[in-house]
Amino acid sequence: MGPRRHGGDPRRTALLMAAPALAVFAAFWLLPMARLVQVGGSGPDGFAAYFAVVTNANYFRSLVSTVLLSLGVTVATLALSLVSGIFLQRNRFPGRGVLISLMTLPLAFPGVVVGFMVILLAGRQGLVGDVSSRLFDEKIVFAYGMAGLFMGYLYFSIPRVILTVMASVEKLDPALEEVARSLGASTWQVTRDVILPGLGPAIISSGAICFATSMGAFGTAFTLATQINVLPLTIYNEFTNYANFAMAASLSIVLGLITWAALALARSLAGAGVAAAG
Amino acid sequence: MRVRPLRYWLQLGLTLLVCAFLVVPVFMSILAGVTQNYFIGVKSGLTLRWVGEVWTLYSDTIWRSIYIALATLAVTLALGIPAAYALARAQSRWTRWIEELLTLPIAVPGLATALALILLYGQWRDFRASWLFILVGHVLFTLPFMVRSVLAVMLAVDLRTLEEAAASLGASFRERFLGVILPNVRPGIVAGSLMVVTLSMGEFNMTWMLHTPLTKTLPVGLADSYASMRLEIGSAYTLIFLLMIVPLLVGLQWAAGRVERSRA
Repeated sequence: MGPRRHGGDPRRTALLMAAPALAVFAAFWLLPMARLVQVGGSGPDGFAAYFAVVTNANYFRSLVSTVLLSLGVTVATLALSLVSGIFLQRNRFPGRGVLISLMTLPLAFPGVVVGFMVILLAGRQGLVGDVSSRLFDEKIVFAYGMAGLFMGYLYFSIPRVILTVMASVEKLDPALEEVARSLGASTWQVTRDVILPGLGPAIISSGAICFATSMGAFGTAFTLATQINVLPLTIYNEFTNYANFAMAASLSIVLGLITWAALALARSLAGAGVAAAG
Repeated sequence: MRVRPLRYWLQLGLTLLVCAFLVVPVFMSILAGVTQNYFIGVKSGLTLRWVGEVWTLYSDTIWRSIYIALATLAVTLALGIPAAYALARAQSRWTRWIEELLTLPIAVPGLATALALILLYGQWRDFRASWLFILVGHVLFTLPFMVRSVLAVMLAVDLRTLEEAAASLGASFRERFLGVILPNVRPGIVAGSLMVVTLSMGEFNMTWMLHTPLTKTLPVGLADSYASMRLEIGSAYTLIFLLMIVPLLVGLQWAAGRVERSRA
């Protein structure tokens, strides 16, 4: 690169151009976060509060159930989206475009709306209860607890993951599959040994996003019931109902570290831009 | 027509089931929003009464969400485009750090960011009680999407060559930025803008903590109606939200397709 004659030092220009965004970020995110860390250590237990999520049985139970829920959602979402995504990308049939549009419709729904969808499916006036009471004379209602939350996060994540899967299936080299098939590999072997490894980065990154989102999401749980024992609701209740700011602060720092670490780990494994969805 | 194997039909069946899971509640919600009495069903008659009631009860939240989204867009454009330019031109270890930093507000749950904002700035009553407090949260949450969207196009169009050509013709930095760079990255700006508006309109995780009774946004109003109003009203309100958000989503997918093509 030769010397630059116009516009001064590009590095200085770049710094100036980035300065407003950095200033806003520092004033409204870094400083508040520093305050949050400080408040987290200001309770009766001091900075030991950061370990309360492990030492206090209630918070620990909340953490474990949130992690298990998020892992379950991630596995189920990946399984369903891989089958549907590969199928939709690899087959052409009438109505395919409409099907894809319909399945991506919920992409723009925030967690609160997803919660309402779960209530319509499995709530007190929901479809599942309606059908089950007609068939077995017993009204099945499971929206307002862990099962409802599981369903909500599945609803939230599936459209995102299907799109990611479809995009990366499109980029796979079909020649590899041809070769495998010509060497006598069965469809199952091709899927296991060629397609799935090729989708590895997409699986890791969308799995991490799904996990982090389920860990930290608040809207769906809030809509279904504020008493479900997941970490975001525990934090919310500590803050608003018990005015226990120190505990709410330390728990949200721990939660933030978990979601950030999950995404960072996935990025280093998959090498793609990975961020939690709102 | 060739015979499809059983596997094909199983996969199609599963895909249709997933689609039904995603779409059936949306249709139920739309239907419930225009049904006289959802408990009785459609045979009780169709009506726009609930939509009207939502308008009386919640129209302020709808307007507020629209102007917060537009204000968020204005701020993210003003902050995000220059930031993306800086990241595109000075590719180094430092800029990767900056990019990483700016992405933190979406890697950490919105709830944590909201608590942090309240703990630091909450005692400034006038700020806390105004819609600007919500704007701050929305800007933090949407800025990374604007930066990433514009940056993607900037990296694809070979900014340096364009700029050097313009500079060799004697264009000042200002002229190069406004006359050469901005028009060339327009697809990224459009995609980023639609993303920012869509996200801001639907943001709840932070907004629920940041709002006051006088600064309710649309999603906050939705949560309120789900908790305290009859199902028909919640549904009618959701219907209004869908009518606003779905065109944005369609536009977003169109714009994202354009960006993808410009990079190819």
